[in-house]
Amino acid sequence: MRHRRRLRSRFLSGVHERAVHSRYAYTVALSNPPSPSVWDYAPAPESFRPPIAGEHGLFINGAFIKPRSGKCMKVINPANEETLTRVAEAGKADVAAAVEAATKAQRKWSRLAGRERAKYLFRIARRLQERAREFAVLESLNNGKPIKESRDADVPESAKHFFHHAGWCDKLQYAIPGGGDAKPVGVCGQIIPWNFPLMMAAWKIAPALACGNTCVLKPAETTPLTALRLAEIFQEIDLPPGVVNILTGGPDTGKLIASHAGFDKIAFTGSTEVGKAIMKACAARPIRLTMELGGKGAHIIFADSAIDQAVEGAIQGIFFNQGQVCCAGSRLLIEESISDEFRSKLLHRMSQLRIGDPMDKNTDVGAINSATQRDQIHRYVEIARKEGAEVLESGCGTIPTKGFWCKPTALGGVQPSHTVAREEIFGPVVALMTFRTVDEAIARANDSVYGLSAGIWTEKSSKMFEVARRLRAGVIWCNGFNLFDAASPFGGVKESGFGREGGRHGLFEYLAH
Amino acid sequence: MSETKNERVTVLKTHKLFIKGAYPRGESGRTHALRDAEGGLLAHLCTGSRKDTREAVEAARAALPGWSSATPFLRGQILYRLAEMLESRAMEIQSAIQETTGRSAKKARAEVSAGIDRIVCFAGWSDKIASMLGNQNPVAQPFYNFTTPEPVGTIGVISPETPSFLGFLSLWLPAVCAGNTVVCMASETWPLPALLVAESMPNSDLPAGVFNLITGLRKELLPVFASHRDLDGLIACADTKESVGLRELSADNLKRLRLIAPDSDFECDRTWEGPTSFRGSVEYKTVWHPMSVE
Repeated sequence: MRHRRRLRSRFLSGVHERAVHSRYAYTVALSNPPSPSVWDYAPAPESFRPPIAGEHGLFINGAFIKPRSGKCMKVINPANEETLTRVAEAGKADVAAAVEAATKAQRKWSRLAGRERAKYLFRIARRLQERAREFAVLESLNNGKPIKESRDADVPESAKHFFHHAGWCDKLQYAIPGGGDAKPVGVCGQIIPWNFPLMMAAWKIAPALACGNTCVLKPAETTPLTALRLAEIFQEIDLPPGVVNILTGGPDTGKLIASHAGFDKIAFTGSTEVGKAIMKACAARPIRLTMELGGKGAHIIFADSAIDQAVEGAIQGIFFNQGQVCCAGSRLLIEESISDEFRSKLLHRMSQLRIGDPMDKNTDVGAINSATQRDQIHRYVEIARKEGAEVLESGCGTIPTKGFWCKPTALGGVQPSHTVAREEIFGPVVALMTFRTVDEAIARANDSVYGLSAGIWTEKSSKMFEVARRLRAGVIWCNGFNLFDAASPFGGVKESGFGREGGRHGLFEYLAH
Repeated sequence: MSETKNERVTVLKTHKLFIKGAYPRGESGRTHALRDAEGGLLAHLCTGSRKDTREAVEAARAALPGWSSATPFLRGQILYRLAEMLESRAMEIQSAIQETTGRSAKKARAEVSAGIDRIVCFAGWSDKIASMLGNQNPVAQPFYNFTTPEPVGTIGVISPETPSFLGFLSLWLPAVCAGNTVVCMASETWPLPALLVAESMPNSDLPAGVFNLITGLRKELLPVFASHRDLDGLIACADTKESVGLRELSADNLKRLRLIAPDSDFECDRTWEGPTSFRGSVEYKTVWHPMSVE
């Protein structure tokens, strides 16, 4: 008992020292080496390594086949730059074969009674739950995200998405008011990003299949491994061949998919720039589109918020998945009367984030997914510096010598006209800005070409709902951030795209009505 | 001494009640015989009493806070697990239907399949009830106003006599799916399929007390169910005469009463698997919340 008390007092004094220390540590020079912290943890590595084949084919018509293109590409671990495996790079003939398989499968799949389709989706959900650890490790190896995120968020959310949509298969006639004869759209081309490789695959495939569509899915160039492993589950549970086809490849493969005449729909998640290019590539044909694009999420902290929770929310909002999140809260709008206090608490909390090995269960911030992305983030930080912002890098730990890394960074004194307040950085970099009135906060939040997400922190709920009403964004989080659920529609307005994923509204995208 | 070749004598089972996750014999010690379609003795059944029913209601009441606040996703997972459990007992349930009702193998198999599929259907309903039956109300005042479905509470369920498997499932599934806890009375004449479902319950992760099963006599138990003041609702398959009594007794504590005609078509998916299947299983709550920056 006494021993425990002693530990506790040391714990408390440690926090106190740290808080005093941080007062000037950040404002003076963040490049100083960080002092030894009471928060030092022993390494807690995830030791399980799923076997990874040396080569991966394309998944077409229920089988893994060698690409007709004859091309393949390397897949690396962004945390140490080691090669994990090689995957095929689908060419024109491969895309054609996948579209043909999906087209052939579509008739039968859509005519299968909803209750029978449902059972396939339930099976996928169950297998994903049962193989969760394998998928989590694979995701972290390939993406660089901390194992605790892939384990607690990506993989369970993906399984939930299949489970939720399994339940929709036999209820489609009730999902849309007046939609008694709901029909599938047809054959869907789906192109997904590298930030949530498995979860994005689930978000695309589950609703499409539930509504009776068939798919050709292209995972991102750098992160194809969990989608390919998902294809193994499709084989395992006897999903009819051709219902889902998975084509790995780079931007060229993406272009081939976007411009192939065999698709009834293209669903894309990625940057606004590429989204616009895809819309133009599809312009000649009357096909359905879903676009889930970039964002510059405004995260509004009112003076009457519960400040410690708001700090935690701000941290999660921008550093979750290394900030490589389209709905990240990358613009922190802080009410002026609390801005000094909030800033100091935010920076203190940033200093406690553990950056490093994604496979360590204690890691908060993992690797950036690619060198290209890392360079883009660093470029934006340089632009911020040149335009007059104060760059406040977190002193958390030392970053590994190999792999791609960015320290959590806050940018002080950012003006609405600054590049970093307007463009999406897609990294662990948050712009700090202040406001004085509610109207100013709303005006600033809405001053963006994007409109994907926004956050509001206040203990006054009448204000919360009124501000939520006036914000132009597809998803508004109140006293929380980065919340996702298969039952909750997600998607943006303005140049963040259109269409919703998840919930009843997500079904509208995959039904002809 | 030469032995005569003996025919094996079967082990004769007495099916017990299912209350609070356990299988008690009836409190009254009464039993009655279950006979096959030809009149042969199949098993014995506990004849559930007023006190058995009371204990089951107590169990249902105790299980209500946990079950009604479990996430809809979890409730769906558990119902799906029940379907997994019953799929592997499909043959057993099929032969129970065949033996007791004399239905053909084909018809019995079809009933089992439809029943298990109905469980899967409701496994998929739990996290969709609110998005289908709830909504935001466009009031002409600065209020955010929304209505959400909530479980009624503890619900008594009187199963139809036939179909003894599909009909039984159709009545309590929506109630449990929506977060209610139930006390079910099995088909008086053909209770075997319901008893087999009860035997799978503890293996499906359904918390004890969420589902309770009583076997017994309709003329004894119907008034007990209808007059029990701690049952918030009653979903009952009853004929015209029985219905009059149920309505009268239910009025005492304003029991929500859903009456189903014995000739109802339980194979109709729209009625028994659509949004209206939650009639009698949900209440509606409306919340007014101000919107103002003042």
